[in-house]
Amino acid sequence: MAIAADALPAPASRRTLRMTLAGVFGPLGQVFIFVVGSAIVLSVITVLVAFLLRGTRTNVDLVQATLTILPQVIVDGLVRGFLFATIALGYTMVYGVLEFINFAHGEIFMVGAFSGAALGTVLAASGMLNAIPPLLFVLIAVIVGMLVSGMLAMTIERVAYRPLRNAPRLVPLISAIGVSLLLQDGMRLIANVTGLGFNARFPTPNFGPPLQLAQIPAADGRTIPLILDVRALIFIVAATLMLIGLNYLVNATKLGTAIRAVAQDRPTASLMGINVNQIIALTFLIGGALGGAAGVLFGIRVGTVNPYIGFLPGLKAFTAAVLGGIGNIPGAMVGGIVLGFLEAFVASYLSLLTGGAFSGASYADIVAFAILILILIFRPSGLLGEAVAQKV
Amino acid sequence: MSTNSLPHSPFAALNRGPLAYVALTAYIAVTSILMLTNTRTSLGTDVSFVLFLLGFLLLYRARVSNGYKLALGAIMLIGVVPYFGTMNAYYIELAIQAGIFVALALGLNVVVGFAGLLDLGYVAFFAVGAYLWGIFSTDQIAQISPGASPVSPQLFYLFMALGLFVGAFFGVLLGLPVLRLRGDYLAIVTLGLGEVIRVLAVNLDRPINITNGSQGIKSIARPPLPDFLYAIFPGLDNPQLYQLFIYALALLVVGITVLTVFRLKNSRIGRAWEAIREDETAAIAMGVPLVRMKLMAFAVGASFAGVMGVLFAAKQQFINPPTFDLIRSIGILAMVILGGMGSIPGVILGGVLVTLLDLQILPRIATELGALKRQGIVIPDWFDPAQYQRALFGLLLILMMIFRPEGILPDQRRREEAHETAVQEAPEEAEAGEVKPV
Repeated sequence: MAIAADALPAPASRRTLRMTLAGVFGPLGQVFIFVVGSAIVLSVITVLVAFLLRGTRTNVDLVQATLTILPQVIVDGLVRGFLFATIALGYTMVYGVLEFINFAHGEIFMVGAFSGAALGTVLAASGMLNAIPPLLFVLIAVIVGMLVSGMLAMTIERVAYRPLRNAPRLVPLISAIGVSLLLQDGMRLIANVTGLGFNARFPTPNFGPPLQLAQIPAADGRTIPLILDVRALIFIVAATLMLIGLNYLVNATKLGTAIRAVAQDRPTASLMGINVNQIIALTFLIGGALGGAAGVLFGIRVGTVNPYIGFLPGLKAFTAAVLGGIGNIPGAMVGGIVLGFLEAFVASYLSLLTGGAFSGASYADIVAFAILILILIFRPSGLLGEAVAQKV
Repeated sequence: MSTNSLPHSPFAALNRGPLAYVALTAYIAVTSILMLTNTRTSLGTDVSFVLFLLGFLLLYRARVSNGYKLALGAIMLIGVVPYFGTMNAYYIELAIQAGIFVALALGLNVVVGFAGLLDLGYVAFFAVGAYLWGIFSTDQIAQISPGASPVSPQLFYLFMALGLFVGAFFGVLLGLPVLRLRGDYLAIVTLGLGEVIRVLAVNLDRPINITNGSQGIKSIARPPLPDFLYAIFPGLDNPQLYQLFIYALALLVVGITVLTVFRLKNSRIGRAWEAIREDETAAIAMGVPLVRMKLMAFAVGASFAGVMGVLFAAKQQFINPPTFDLIRSIGILAMVILGGMGSIPGVILGGVLVTLLDLQILPRIATELGALKRQGIVIPDWFDPAQYQRALFGLLLILMMIFRPEGILPDQRRREEAHETAVQEAPEEAEAGEVKPV
């Protein structure tokens, strides 16, 4: 199991500062390399394709058009990537300790988004929303979302998964599908009863105008501004902070050591005095909290939430986790980033490059699943995973 | 645990011996008469309809001679239901829907129940069949190749056969890349593939209009009514005859499906599937051709869905992408799991039950609540049970998995399996249940 691959021998107390820092920031360095790498590779490919196809269109200069929206696409890819990465962490942590796909994780993300929206609505109703600083609001909303989703994930584990832990593999998976459907409709019911509505608005304080990063000169003398929405920036920063926090937790604390031990060998961990049930519950808590935080941040960025928003991001985050090597925490981050960039590029460029014959936004979904299948066929262990022979 | 052995119940005497014949016949006669004398769509008719259907279950469980069972069942299916249907179209429509879904569930049961491969994208094959007939029997074909004209409705039966092969082809196509995957991955990938088919159905109106996008395909042709039907039932009008005709068609297809599945299960292939399900490695060691058998399971399951898709398109005369979304796949899976994975009578029961819950019981509760509301009883607007299918399916799946994973009418071998693991793992449960045998 790759969670435990690096530096198990030294107990946390006796580790040097250097090792701790390496454990915390090492995976982040990997993520950074993949961010830069996938941005460059995809940009080059896209520009090349545009260059090859430039003869097919007479009314626009394809290369020029491609280049002008490129920076915006990269920012978009970054945001999508961090979204998938934060959700994928929940899948990968649970898979690491239980070898079980928590199908309901997308819905835990959705519930997090709804709890943030509820908080925003309550604050807006009491007139306090614009009185508190935006960043403080984000902080409170994220904490609320983490608490709600974390507790929910733990409860689900206790009620619907723990009784089935020794059952054949498909049994808990089917139960998880049931939980996922139940949560969707349960949330719909709650949203209707409380008056939030099916498409609940997510009121936030005013974040101010979007940041203008640069002015890009276009062909006809106009300039196209490169815009970064403040909310997107918050998303990226918060996601990065969460990744650092998680790395610290898993690689530099006693709890993290216990989680890695359980992931590696459950019976032995239990013999070493680790309360395995408790660690599994905590893993669900942490994974759920990360999902909830991602949900709140997503809700803030998008502005509305509905009970079905968790499904597709959940599936794609699972794809991201598989892409990076499921069970592997840096892998989930890397997989999320790569998938986010791929999607952003397909969504933005497919229509442009095919002259509108294919709608990019729809086919981006297909790309995600195509990647999932290709990865599972050609490299089932993922980008960062190690080949593990299946136990018989 | 073995709650399904009826002899312990106080009704044991009614279940065997000469009394069983009398009791059974009386029950079926009474429920039939109850149903036929009260034909208006209402709560009372709903109840008698369900009681009537319960007769099939009693018939299955009762210890009477097989010939008698068959005769009674045939009278109910070929006599009572169609006769009732001529008086109330709603219930025969329900029966047709139940038939289609039973056949689909039986097909999925081949993949999930026999071979143990969890397929969450099953409805994709259904969609393929439906679009096959939808495209070729309407003007949609002219959009794809200009100048082509729709095929004659007479060719419907040919297309049902074609649906079989196209379904099987797609089953193999989708099965090939996912064969090497372990169970849980397979589930997610098939789910993804199911979504891909739906997304394609929405988006393939450009650059060539193949599926007509989200608007769907309208006025799909129906097979022509055979002329002799007019002669046999002179008193009936055209829509009634059509309902009967489609009902007969669905019944025929379900019958053939049941026979095929039953024969398959007890064949060499069926035993190979069972071996794969129980222990893949041991199955390979025993010389079971793993790849071929898995692909065959996919192909057989998908071919049933393809045929039913053609029939469904002809019955509905209209198809659009949302008809084939994930919730439909899950609904079919719920039928298989509720009835009992691998058990043919169980899956039939599950299919009928879930269809009834979904199409009759939930809407009926909603109507009754609406009636109560009109009488001044306060029922909040949000409370509409017909809207909460997902919650229903979800609860069904969770509860079945926790309390009775082998289903209502379990397959013999599955039941033994579930029992065996329960016994083996009981001591571990005592030690906080945290040690998993490797």
